[in-house]
Parts: sequence; C-alpha cells; structure tokens
Amino acid sequence: MNWNSLLLMRFELGLLILFLAVLIFEIFTGKKQKGKLVSFAIILFAIHTAVGFFPLEEGRLFGGMFRTNTLLYFFKNVLNVGVLIVLLQSADWLKEKVVAQHKGTEFILLLLSSLLGMYFMISSGDFLMFYLGLELATLPVAALVAYETSKRISAEAGVKYILSSALASGTALFGISLLYATTGTIYFDVVASVLTVSNLSVLGFILFFSGLAFKISLAPFHFWTADVYEGAPINVASYLSVISKGAAVLILVILLFTVLKPLFLFWNKIIYIVAIATMTIGNLFALRQQNMKRFLAFSSVAQAGFILLGMLSVDQLGLATVLFFVTVYIFSNLGAFGVVQAISSAADKENIDDYEGLYRTNPKLSLLLMLALFSLAGIPPLAGFFGKFFLYLAAASKGYYVLVFIGVVNATISLYYYLIVVRAMFLRKNPDAIPYFSSKLFMKLGLVLSAIGILVAGLYSPLYEYVYAISTTFLN
Amino acid sequence: MDYSYVIAIPLIPLAIFLLLGLFSKKIPPSISGWIGSLGLGASFVLSLYTAYHYFLEGKVNGIYQTFVYKQTWLAFSDKLHIDMGVLIDPIAVMMLVVVTTISFMVHLYSRGYMKGDDGYTRFFAYLALFSFSMLGLVLATNLFQIYIFWELVGASSFLLIGYYYTKPSAVAAAKKAFIVTRFADFGFLIGILLVSYYSGTFDFAELNNPEGIMISNWASTSFMGLSVFTWGLILIFTGGAGKSAMLPFHIWLPDAMEGPTPVSALIHAATMVVAGVYLVARLFPAFYFVQEGYALNIVAYVGAISSLFAAIIAITQNDIKRVLAFSTMSQIGYMMWALGVSKYNGHEGLGFMASMFHLFTHAMFKALLFLAAGSVIHAIHSNYLKDMGGLRKYMPITHITFLIAALSISGVPGFAGFFSKDEILAAAYEHNMLIYISGVVVAGLTALYMFRLYFGIFWGKDTSYEHPPHESPWSMKVPMLFLAVMSIIGGYIHFSEFVTADHQPFAAHLNYTLAAIASGVGILGILIAYILYKKETTIPDKIAGTFGALYTWTAHKFYFDEIYLFVTKKIIFGLIAAPAAWFDKHIVDGTMIGIGNVTVAISNKIKGLQSGKFQDYAMAFISGSVILAIVVFYLWM
Repeated sequence: MNWNSLLLMRFELGLLILFLAVLIFEIFTGKKQKGKLVSFAIILFAIHTAVGFFPLEEGRLFGGMFRTNTLLYFFKNVLNVGVLIVLLQSADWLKEKVVAQHKGTEFILLLLSSLLGMYFMISSGDFLMFYLGLELATLPVAALVAYETSKRISAEAGVKYILSSALASGTALFGISLLYATTGTIYFDVVASVLTVSNLSVLGFILFFSGLAFKISLAPFHFWTADVYEGAPINVASYLSVISKGAAVLILVILLFTVLKPLFLFWNKIIYIVAIATMTIGNLFALRQQNMKRFLAFSSVAQAGFILLGMLSVDQLGLATVLFFVTVYIFSNLGAFGVVQAISSAADKENIDDYEGLYRTNPKLSLLLMLALFSLAGIPPLAGFFGKFFLYLAAASKGYYVLVFIGVVNATISLYYYLIVVRAMFLRKNPDAIPYFSSKLFMKLGLVLSAIGILVAGLYSPLYEYVYAISTTFLN
Repeated sequence: MDYSYVIAIPLIPLAIFLLLGLFSKKIPPSISGWIGSLGLGASFVLSLYTAYHYFLEGKVNGIYQTFVYKQTWLAFSDKLHIDMGVLIDPIAVMMLVVVTTISFMVHLYSRGYMKGDDGYTRFFAYLALFSFSMLGLVLATNLFQIYIFWELVGASSFLLIGYYYTKPSAVAAAKKAFIVTRFADFGFLIGILLVSYYSGTFDFAELNNPEGIMISNWASTSFMGLSVFTWGLILIFTGGAGKSAMLPFHIWLPDAMEGPTPVSALIHAATMVVAGVYLVARLFPAFYFVQEGYALNIVAYVGAISSLFAAIIAITQNDIKRVLAFSTMSQIGYMMWALGVSKYNGHEGLGFMASMFHLFTHAMFKALLFLAAGSVIHAIHSNYLKDMGGLRKYMPITHITFLIAALSISGVPGFAGFFSKDEILAAAYEHNMLIYISGVVVAGLTALYMFRLYFGIFWGKDTSYEHPPHESPWSMKVPMLFLAVMSIIGGYIHFSEFVTADHQPFAAHLNYTLAAIASGVGILGILIAYILYKKETTIPDKIAGTFGALYTWTAHKFYFDEIYLFVTKKIIFGLIAAPAAWFDKHIVDGTMIGIGNVTVAISNKIKGLQSGKFQDYAMAFISGSVILAIVVFYLWM
C-alpha cells in the first residue's frame, strides 16, 4: 500500500474533504451568510461530481475489504449526478425554510455522509464493510426524514423509518452471521468459493435478503415507504426513492451474481415470488392514492418489482439491464419529484386534484412531469420504455415467460394511474389551477438536468452500450 | 436509385410540431393553420413523387425491389441489435400516399372547421405530431421501430381525441382509447419479445426472408401444440386488432368519436385504424409461411366476424358519427379477412392485393364521409339523425360529395369501392366460401345503413331549423371535392400492377358474376333503405321522374311494405341488431370496464393493510421473511 493506492478511494476521500470544508466554513460564516453556504456547498459538490468522471484504475485496498472497478465508478457517478440534482432541487427549500432555523448546513452534511455510506456499501469486499456502509447510509437519513421538526407527520415518519431500518439491519445482520457460520469467512471472494447449499445457508440468505429488500422496498418489506415518503421533506423522499434504492439494488445484484451464486436455485424462486408480489401490490396501492408523494411512493415500489426481472438472468445481459434500468429510473423519478417539490414550495399543494389545469398555467413543468411519468410508465420512445423492455428481454432470455407476461400486464395497469395525473394536468380545466410561477435558478437547473437525463438515457444509445460493455466486470 | 430523401416526408411534420408546439403562444392562429397545411402539402407532393419514381423505376426483372436505409441505433447484446431507418417497398409507398393525402386534406379542412376554436394552434401541432408518428410507423424497418411509432401514434391520438378537454365525455373517450389499445399492445410487446428472441432479429426483411430462421425453421420450437413463432404472430396480431378496432378490442372506437370530426376522418377512417392491417401486411410472408398460415387463419376469422358484427350494429345507431365508426370497423374487417384468405404467389395473392386496394379506396371515401358528416354537424350543431333531414337544399356540395362516398362504399358499379370490394370478394370466393357469404351479407348491410344515413340526413322530413343551415366555407369544400373525385377514379388504378404480396405484378380481371352479385346486393340494400327511410317525405316530382319505374312500383307497396317492415324492423332490428348492440354495450364493453372495476375493488379491499401502525409493518416484515423461508424449505428443498 502506498499513497498512490489511496487514489483508488478518490470518491470517498473527495467527499470527506468536501464534508470537512463545509463544516469548517460553517464555523466562520455569520448567521446572515448561511444561505450562501448552501450555494457554496452545492457548487463544491458539482465540482466533486465533475471530477468523478476522470478515469481511474481498478483495484483493492485493506486486504480486499474495499474494492473498486469501472462498473462501480460508473455507478458512483450516477449516484453523484442524482444527489446533485436532489441538492439543486432542494436549494430553495433549504434557503427559505431551513436556513432560518440555522440547520441548513446540517442537512447537507447528513445527506453527504449518507452518500459516503453508499460509496462504501457498494465498494465493499466483505460483509463487515458492507454492513458499516449500510448503517452509515441509513442512520443520517432517519434524521433527514424527521427534519421538519415543526411537523408532527415528519417526526412520525422519522420514528417509523428508524424503527423499520433497525429491524431490517438486525435481520440482515443475523443473516450475515448465519452465512458466516456456514462458511467461516466474511470475505466475498472466499464465501463465493466455499458456500454450499444447506438449510443454514439458505436461511441466512433469506434473512439477509429481507434486510436489503427493506431498502429497495420490495413487498412485503415495503410498508414503511408510503408513510415515510409522505412525512419526509420531498427532497428526502426523492433521495430515498432514487439514491438509497439505487445503491441497494446495485449491491444486491452484485452479491446475487457473485457471492450468492451457489444458491441460485433458491434465490431465483424468491426473486420470482417477490417480483410478482412487489409489482402487483405497488400497482394496486398506487391506483387509489390522492397525495402525489404517496402516489410516487407506491409507484417506486412497483418499479422496484420490475428491476428484479433482470436479476433472474445471471450474466452480462442481466447485470447490464438492471444497471441501465436503475440509471433511467433515477432520472425519471427525480424529474417527477422535482416538479412535486417545485409546486409544493411555490403553492404548498401536494394532491393530484390540485394539479388540474396545470398545463394551462405552467406548461413547462407539466411537460416535464408528463415526460417523467410516461418514462416511468414505459411509453416509447422515452428512457423508461427501453429500460423495461430490456428487463423483459433479459428475463425472457432465461425462459421466464410467465413472469414477463405478468410484468407486461402490470406495466399496462400502471399506465392507468400515471395517466390519471397526466389527465389532470392536460385534459382538465380548473379555474383555481395553480397560478404561474417561476422557479429559482438552482431549481431550474435541477429540473433541466433531470429532463436531459430522461432524454439522453432514452435516445442516446451509447449509454446502454457502455453499460453493457462494463457489465462483464464482476462475472469473470 | 436513391430513395433516402423519403426520410424528409416524416421529418417535415415533426419540424412543424416542434415549431407550433414550442411557440404556440407566439404564432397567431391565422398563420399556424397555413404552416401546418403547407408542410403537409410538401410531404404530400414528396410522397406522390416517391410513388411515381418507385412504381416506374423500382422494378428489377419485373420484381419490385425493397430499399432499406438504416443504421444500428443500439446494440442490445452480442446477438441482437436495434436499427432505425426507412424501408421502401410497394405497401410502404402506397401507405405514404394514403397518409399524406388524407392528412393534407384534413389540414386544409380543419382551417375552416376549427376556426375560432380556443387552442387552434395546439390542434395543428397535435395533427402534425400524429402525422409524423403515422409516417414513421409506415416506414419502419423493424419490429422495434414500428412498436415505438405505434405507441407514439397512440399517444398523439390520445391528445387529439381528448382535444375538447372541456367535455368530460371526450376526456373519458381519450383515456379509454389509449388504455384499451395499450391492453392490446401488451400482446404485441410479448409477441415482439418472443419473435425477436427466437429469431435473433427485429428486422422485417430478415423475418420475411423465406430462408430466415422464422420461416424456414418454425417447426423447431413448440409451445402448447403451436410453434412459438405462431404464438408470436398471434400476439403481434393482437396489437394490430387493438389499433384496428377488431373484436373484442373495438370498444374504444365508437367513443373516440367525441374528438373533433376532422380528427375522426384522419385517425378513425384512414390512418391509425388501418395500422393493424398494415402490420399484418408488413409481416405477410411470415404470417403466410409459418405453420402453414395458422395465424393468418385467425386473422381471417377475426376480420370476418368483426366485419359482420359491426355492420349489424351500424344499422341501429342514431349518432351519425357512430354509424361511421361501426362502418369503419366493418370495412377494416373486410381488409383483414382479405389478407387472411390470401395466398402468396401471383394471382393466388389476390386477397393481399385486394386488401391493400380496399385500404386505399376506403381511406378516400371514408375520410370523405367523415368530412361531409363534419360539414353537416358544423352546420346544425348536432350529431343526431333525428335533428337532421332535408339538408340537400341547404348544402348542395356536401350532399353530392356524401352521395358519391355512399355509392362508393356501397359498391355501386363505376365507383372506387366497387372495384376493390369485388377483388376482395373474388379472393374469398376462391379460397373460403363461408367468409365469402358473410362478405356478401356485409355488402348488403353496408349499403342499407349507409343509405339510411343518407336519406335521413339529406331527404326525409324537413326539420324546422332555428337558423337555416348554410353550406360550409371553401376551405372545407375543396378537400371534400378532391376526395369525392378520388372516391370515383381511385378504383380505376390497376393496383395489381403495383402492390402485390410477392412484389410481382399480375393481371387482375373483374369477375363479372361475382361483381353482379355484390353490386346487386348493394343495390338491394339501397332500395330497402329507400323504402324504409325516404317514404315519409313529399318527394319532389323530378326525383320521382328520375326513379320513375321504381316509384310507381313502390306506389303498390301496400302489403310489400308490411312485409318489409316486419322483416326488417321486427326480425333484423328486434332479433339480431338490437341484441347485438346490447351485447356489445353490456357484455363486451362491460367486461373491459369490469376488469378495471375489479382492479380498483381489490385495491380498495387491501387498503387496510397499509394501517399506518409500525407494529403492523414489523409484523408484515417478519412474516414476509418467515413465509419466504417456509416457501423455500417446504416447496423446493
């Protein structure tokens, strides 16, 4: 180990430096300058995001506890862009609502430490690092969920989240210890080579899976989702639904395809059942939601079910389709949450009925929300369609026709509720429609970035080809 | 020969859409109508040029060549890649002409029809978007590309049908159309997955290639007694049946009439609804060769049943646009079964040629019928037959053009519909007697309901109008006159010289016996309509003179009339048509609505699960793990 090899941790170190810089500047800024500190932190993070795109070497550190490669770099960049969009979309809310209570910096610091946890979680080379990353990613979010201390519902959501995640972490940890009991090691590479099918190892897997399923909000581990999303500040819900979920999906797929591959004949059935349950339950609940945040919560549950389709194809194709779908999903969901955030901070309205006639007053916002929702619904030629289509193809390539069929039926049902929102905006006339408003610069940037993301991911084919090419990484 | 300029035909409407869509507030309505019309005019001229160019020089050794310009857009895996491009062959060129002609006429017409409407520019932007999607669909080189444009067509028609968003019924209809066709499309999507996965390609050229995997090797795969490719084709046809309003997916079409009438003329007469026919025609060699045409047989019977079913229902409808909607469904059924009974080589492929021929002529006369109906609705502000009557005096041009279209669809000799219908019936006569007979019955019914409409609108008792109805402006009359001319001369085109299944021209001749039977039945239908629906008027002497012999004959109608009334009103209406309409409304429609209601009901039932209590959630979490463990340990270990 030398100084050069520390460069492998560039993302983590960069974020840590950023973290410290914000902390130090916080000490030296006066009370009236705190709003500027938020902008300063966002600009620093934008630089951090840009730096992430420079190529890096692959390698391992700390005796294999930490590993990194092209695929992980790619995904960390996706997470960075996602967090940047979340930050941009929450800048106005932070400056107007939170800074006044002197809590603006904490919000950013908590968010960044959660992101740091995710970096470590996806880069982990053994179960210990994985668990540390998982906890670091989860705990700060609980504080964020309860951030609006003046709102009872926010505090309730915070408690629900911390209790649920404690339960999930405990379960996962128990699962890990059972896996350790059967293999005698926590290193992924070694576990992969010695893991065999036994009652204990399968039970260990099930418990471990339940813990991760909580993070991804797979049914029946998803119940916290709607309540927490509804109570949390919108940008935190947005963060939970895209960044937190995305990172958990990635580590799950990596573990399934490598460490847990010996148990394939068991976990494929679990994935099969859970995929059907998640898609269906998410859809059925989404149908009757009135509140946009709850609606998007259940929509995100249903979307998670689709992701599982790609995991059934344990090869380059499966990994590529999952990775691509998650990328596409992050941008689409950020677009949707961004519009909800913008409307909520301008008009303080969050119900679907309030969106009636929005097209006439705020055409650009309506168009973006339509783009995002149609992408989530999977209507060509938007990104979400390709994402879903590729997942279907991956599952079909391994002969899971019935599952693909159920997936397509669910996608058709989901169109109905996405259309409810689109119809409200475009085809309904409402004299009390939310009046025209213009968002601030950061918000606009955040919205534009997510729109670009949806369009680029859908129409710019080299993105998928790149993802496909790097998906060989973990499979050799 | 270079046909790459064809790409401009869809790109022009796309440019117009972007222009009108992005600057809708800055462009005054007077200009936006012109921009749209001129742009589509350019596409129209370019399509005509393409057709001229292609049909004159596109042959090598007597066979029309297929030109493909494409680029790999995305390499999905090492085997499968997705291309984007344009494909030019006889049916694509023919469809280009049809789509741009109708779209151009509808643009011209809309300048008059939509005048003063709030959102005029937005309407032209949607029209342009629709034209772009439809043209892209026509030119698609592979299944994936056609699916993308297929959905774009669906989305843009959603916007067009829901255009009158102040009318709740229009909004509901738009949603229904979108969702019902999506339901059909999910079959399409699965079909694409199956076919592409097993054949390793999306490409039409490869799928239709007699040496390709799909056709030469269909027997290698099997699922529940059929080849997987046959399943794939049946599922693909499901998508086609959804767009083309075949049973049981037709329920969206009558409701979609809530949209503006020019939209009905464009979408529901000539373009989107024939997309399903086009899809089957596009994959015709595959449909024909895979498993000895098993899937093609299904196409034939679905088409025939839909055709008969819709024709019967059309007799009872009182909303004139609904009559036209059911009529469209019936005529598309005609095209479907013509494809279904067709063979592949030379004169054996008569059905294919006839189907395309009918698609062409039908586009002209049905669009005209809609435009003329729109002209009537524009004048008296009602869709209902009971509010109409005696309009021929007020609207001479509308009257004449409607009559020409009605004669054409009824298959009266000399008009376009006569020629194409005759070819279709001849094809069925050679290959499938049952379908032939049903086709002849439909021909009679078509004439009956069409002339019921004609007499009801333009003759009959003179309803007292508050304001005397007046003829429509020239912007509306010109497209109608143009289409009226096409509804006559369109039939004299020697289609078998141009559009055939195997791309080789053959000589098709009128079969005089069959033609006589078909037009005889048609004229009989007109006569019945004449007796039933025209007699209440005081017929002007000169018309009496024209129909001299006929008129004196009807003067003796005393007991004939009773029999006619008994047979038609009591038996056809009471025992067949009314129950069929009831069945359609309550059972077919009801089932679709029922599926939706059940979903919502389940959703309401399970809402208690989401109690908001953390204890319940934790319980669910732990039981979830336990259930998974039980399932895995007791079912699979």
